[in-house]
Amino acid sequence: MHELSLMDAVRELALEQAARHGARRIAAITLRVGSLAGVEIEALRFAHAVVMADTIAAGSRLEIEAVPAECFCAACGQPFLARDGCCDCPLCGSISRELLRGRELQLASLELG
Amino acid sequence: MGQRLLVHNDAQAAANRAHFAASGVRVINLLSSPGSGKTALLERLARELAPSDPGARHPMAVIVGDLATDNDARRLRAAGVPALQITTGQACHLEAAMVHRALHDLAHLGHPLDGLALLVVENVGNLVCPAAFDLGESQRVVLLSVTEGEDKPLKYPAIFHSADVVVISKSDLAEACGFDGPQARGHLARVAPQARIVEVSSRTGDGIAELLGALGLERVPVAG
Repeated sequence: MHELSLMDAVRELALEQAARHGARRIAAITLRVGSLAGVEIEALRFAHAVVMADTIAAGSRLEIEAVPAECFCAACGQPFLARDGCCDCPLCGSISRELLRGRELQLASLELG
Repeated sequence: MGQRLLVHNDAQAAANRAHFAASGVRVINLLSSPGSGKTALLERLARELAPSDPGARHPMAVIVGDLATDNDARRLRAAGVPALQITTGQACHLEAAMVHRALHDLAHLGHPLDGLALLVVENVGNLVCPAAFDLGESQRVVLLSVTEGEDKPLKYPAIFHSADVVVISKSDLAEACGFDGPQARGHLARVAPQARIVEVSSRTGDGIAELLGALGLERVPVAG
């Protein structure tokens, strides 16, 4: 359940942004989460409700922009989806050591009110 | 907009890394599920790296995280290495700030970083939560014991993806468990293509020399 720690970090960053923009309310929070970030989305949703209570983000929507893991195959010269985190190219079977994306854990945007 | 969530942890990890570099110490973040043999491996490394002069300072120290008890730290102290226990309570992972505080505690107990060759941070036994938290380590080492089965890396790809070294531990039990080594290596190649894989038995010492090489510790300075 490190999602609580992560959501604490979201709250801190979101409240800081809201204060900077003089917002009185945060209506929605969008996170960008890679499939290899090691995060359980349901646990994030649970943590969101708990952590945002009694803040200007209480009752906000949590939106998740999922980023599928993607590797680059040097042999085929093109990227491929690393399904289940497996880095073997579906076309030629060679194993890629170049992860292009999939570890993202970011605050992407806020809807302020 | 797109801000990393763990920006504060990452900043503390960078500070830790600079501190480690200035002291010339290699730092390992050691990760696995509970019961994979992290502490037994460290006991073996402690014996392996022990100075021949029993009065000399041991070149290794350990920071160990657990939800409760200081059993692991006591085991490691009995093996001759300074060990500091962090009991995390509810937290299922270590964060860079906890390691930073532990470094100060170690120094106050008379074990400064300067002069150490190896500091191991034994993380909380967990194959999910610690993956996202950089501690400032030089290398991330993930253990997979032969008793856990060959397909564990496929079930927990995120943590294996982040490994620099994967240690297949308890190799002396491989035959008894029917552990299929080539299959495990095949799975690891898919989810940890960047990692070096070393098979080790902490009980017999098999593979320990190779592991020390993978950790960049072929030659350990003799502490005066």
